[in-house]
Amino acid sequence: MPKKYETPLLDELEKGPFPSFVTEIKKAAARSDMAADELGQLEKSYRDKRGYWKHGGIVGVRGYGSGIIGRYSSLREQFPNVANFHTVRINSTSAFFYTSQFLKEMCDIWDQYGSGLTNLHGSTGDLVLLGTNTENLEPIFAEFSSRGWDLGGSGSAMRTLSCCVGPARCEWSNINTLDINYNLTQEFQDEMHRPAFPYKFKIKTAGCAVDCIASIARADLSIIGTWKGKIAVDQSEVANYAKKGMNITEEIVNMCPTKCMSYDGSKLTINDADCNRCMHCIAKMTKALKPTGEKGATILMGSKAPFVIGATLSWVIVPFMKLEEPYDELKDLIRKMWEFWDEHGKNRERIGELVIRKGMREFLEFIGVEPVPQQVKEPRRDPFFFWTEADLQK
Amino acid sequence: MSAPQRRTDIGPPHYKDFLPPVIQKNYGDWKYHEVLNAGVMVHVANSGDKIWSVRVASPRLLSTDTIRDMADMAEKYCGGYIRFTTRNNVEFLVSDEKNLTPLQNELKAKKYMMGGIGSRISNIVHTQGWVHCHSACTDASGLVKVLMDEFADYFTTKETPNKVRLAVACCVNMCGAVHCSDIAVVAIHRKVPVVVDHDKVKNMCEVPSTIAACPTGAISPDPAKKSVKVNADKCMYCGNCFTVCPPMEIHDPENDGVAIVVGGKVGNLRSNPKFSKLAVPFIKNNPPRWPEVVTVVKKILDAYLADAKKHERVGEWIERIGWEKFFKVTGLPFTFQHIDDFTIARETFRTAATFKW
Ligand code: HEM
Ligand code: HEM
Ligand code: SF4
Ligand code: SF4
Ligand code: SF4
Ligand code: SF4
Repeated sequence: MPKKYETPLLDELEKGPFPSFVTEIKKAAARSDMAADELGQLEKSYRDKRGYWKHGGIVGVRGYGSGIIGRYSSLREQFPNVANFHTVRINSTSAFFYTSQFLKEMCDIWDQYGSGLTNLHGSTGDLVLLGTNTENLEPIFAEFSSRGWDLGGSGSAMRTLSCCVGPARCEWSNINTLDINYNLTQEFQDEMHRPAFPYKFKIKTAGCAVDCIASIARADLSIIGTWKGKIAVDQSEVANYAKKGMNITEEIVNMCPTKCMSYDGSKLTINDADCNRCMHCIAKMTKALKPTGEKGATILMGSKAPFVIGATLSWVIVPFMKLEEPYDELKDLIRKMWEFWDEHGKNRERIGELVIRKGMREFLEFIGVEPVPQQVKEPRRDPFFFWTEADLQK
Repeated sequence: MSAPQRRTDIGPPHYKDFLPPVIQKNYGDWKYHEVLNAGVMVHVANSGDKIWSVRVASPRLLSTDTIRDMADMAEKYCGGYIRFTTRNNVEFLVSDEKNLTPLQNELKAKKYMMGGIGSRISNIVHTQGWVHCHSACTDASGLVKVLMDEFADYFTTKETPNKVRLAVACCVNMCGAVHCSDIAVVAIHRKVPVVVDHDKVKNMCEVPSTIAACPTGAISPDPAKKSVKVNADKCMYCGNCFTVCPPMEIHDPENDGVAIVVGGKVGNLRSNPKFSKLAVPFIKNNPPRWPEVVTVVKKILDAYLADAKKHERVGEWIERIGWEKFFKVTGLPFTFQHIDDFTIARETFRTAATFKW
């Protein structure tokens, strides 16, 4: 029987309607010594208002440099069962679809070799197994890989990729997000499992500008589906929305950022030449409006959290790229980007930080992308630009 | 029992093996969807086929017991098919309409919380906190729990003008899209790391890598003590040094706490993606239920609910009324911390004489 801790503070977090993570830890703690000590240490954190975890110490599975994150308690005497309590990152499926059979097998393995605690999912998108000892790592890896599952990324490597639900269950997807996600994951296994980059590299794929996977905010490479043709309007469905109480002038026409729509009480008209494809009208009137024509994706780069240079959102590199299997153009672009990073990046410098440091020109020339107005919000405001000898000859 | 044969670099299994047959059949060929209620939506394919998704909240940190229970229900009602969302909700994928009511009844009986679909508050994106991270200045799971308890009705029934996306990050590394959320809580340290025992630095840390760990160049060698010292004017309390050199103690229970940022979004709808901006620079940690944080978030949400137009996100509402009005209607004080002095400071200064009094 695992040790039972008194947890008066955490017990307060079992009250209320939202499902309780404390209840989850307690369920596992009834069986697992590790989960029991996790609970005990967490109660102490709540009492002392501070964490008690330490980082560092190389741990992993043979032949891999990533996928496991070493985690150690700084109170090992008091909580010996979490003295080492590492995270195992399992590469999730595209768009997080699972079968009950897999989930149950995963639970059986994890109860045998770990704490019984998980994160579905970590913010990068891994299926996170939360907490086990060093000696369990190899058996866990063998159990998962023999069943067709692999570890995700960590450290200075390509991280586990993620994508929105896309064509699997969304009418707005312009690209095959699940397949791009899967195909790139398979292509770059070495880059994921053997860290050789200056720092982490994340790729996230969204099927449209709604960006349900938040790719523009948290990926070194953001792929966002878009289209080039018109928005087809089904006027009878427009009438249905009006009949059901939608104020089309207020909610659709007046909220269109480019003021390219008009509505005369029966007919909705779109001046497609002015539409910037923001998705607002389509998302609100999905039965009436449909993008048509050529489909593809915008390729952006560089978003990351505020460290060190301030937060960045991804910015446009290629405004429109056709994305069809085997995605060679995209893969070539990614490899070129890595080459640039490899050549010029400092240790722990994200690729976006590097491009800001070096300037877009050097980067774009290196990867072979021409300057286009879609890459900027506006042209520069100052006259302090550089000329190369080649420019002078033009 | 010996372990089975390991394999390497196989990647995850093919996604097709995990899609319900109706999705395989209508892949990329969906016509529209309808939100039936906060917890159920139906997607209709051009072929006329339908799939219903029943969404429930999850604390993200799940025990194997709960996952097994969900898997059992997926087997009973969904042919075994189940998925998770970016925001850590769980979706039961129902292909046969007659299973819809029994599934919901069982979920209700077991006290699962259905909802989160449509213009509502969905689950809170968050990070590890005291549960499992060395950098944490607060506990993310606890904050998520108390905020979602408070706003439960906006998950299960009540609507908001547009989606309200909440996030919690337990340190400035912000693992998650905190910097682009409608309302987010980000935990911060407020004092420079203190070396209590210089002998420990000598024994446990590599001085050059500790110095290199500091993004602002605040750490320099202290040759006399064979240790390091911190330049307080340069330090921005990130805790990176503690990561590589644990004797550089950054945790400070009296001075650690959270800031609240507002008005970010990632979607392109109507207006371009936006960063979140500072609303409240500091609230002290007060576990287990952080009442002061809940009060402030509620204040911001209530002001938004009272004043925003339909389909306006928090950031769009604030841009319409102006920041001076935001501080007025929420009653939150404006302080020196609100004026940027970091990398993009000058772009945030107002260069016009236009105000809303
Ligand atoms: C410059 C100082 C350092 C910083 C800022 C740092 C930061 C990090 C970060 C962010 C991670 C998590 C990666 C992830 O999200 O998956 C990590 C993982 C890790 N770090 Fe460090 N680290 C530093 C130095 C070190 C040192 C000196 C060691 C060992 C002596 C070390 C060992 C590890 C190990 C073993 C992992 C987990 C395994 C892995 O991710 O590959 N780190 N570190
Ligand atoms: C020097 C900076 C950073 C350090 C030291 C750091 C450290 C870590 C560590 C130790 C973990 C593992 C937590 C655990 O499971 O035990 C982690 C997780 C993670 N980190 Fe970072 N990190 C840093 C920066 C970032 C940044 C800038 C991002 C995103 C833009 C990020 C994204 C993530 C994500 C998504 C996870 C998974 C968290 C989860 O489980 O939800 N990290 N980080
Ligand atoms: S990003 Fe677009 S295509 Fe993908 S799930 Fe969201 S709305 Fe659908
Ligand atoms: S997609 Fe956006 S810009 Fe285009 S018509 Fe609709 S609301 Fe206007
Ligand atoms: S936000 Fe900070 S404390 Fe929280 S999991 Fe990420 S690195 Fe750890
Ligand atoms: S807390 Fe961050 S900024 Fe301050 S000394 Fe440590 S590494 Fe440098």
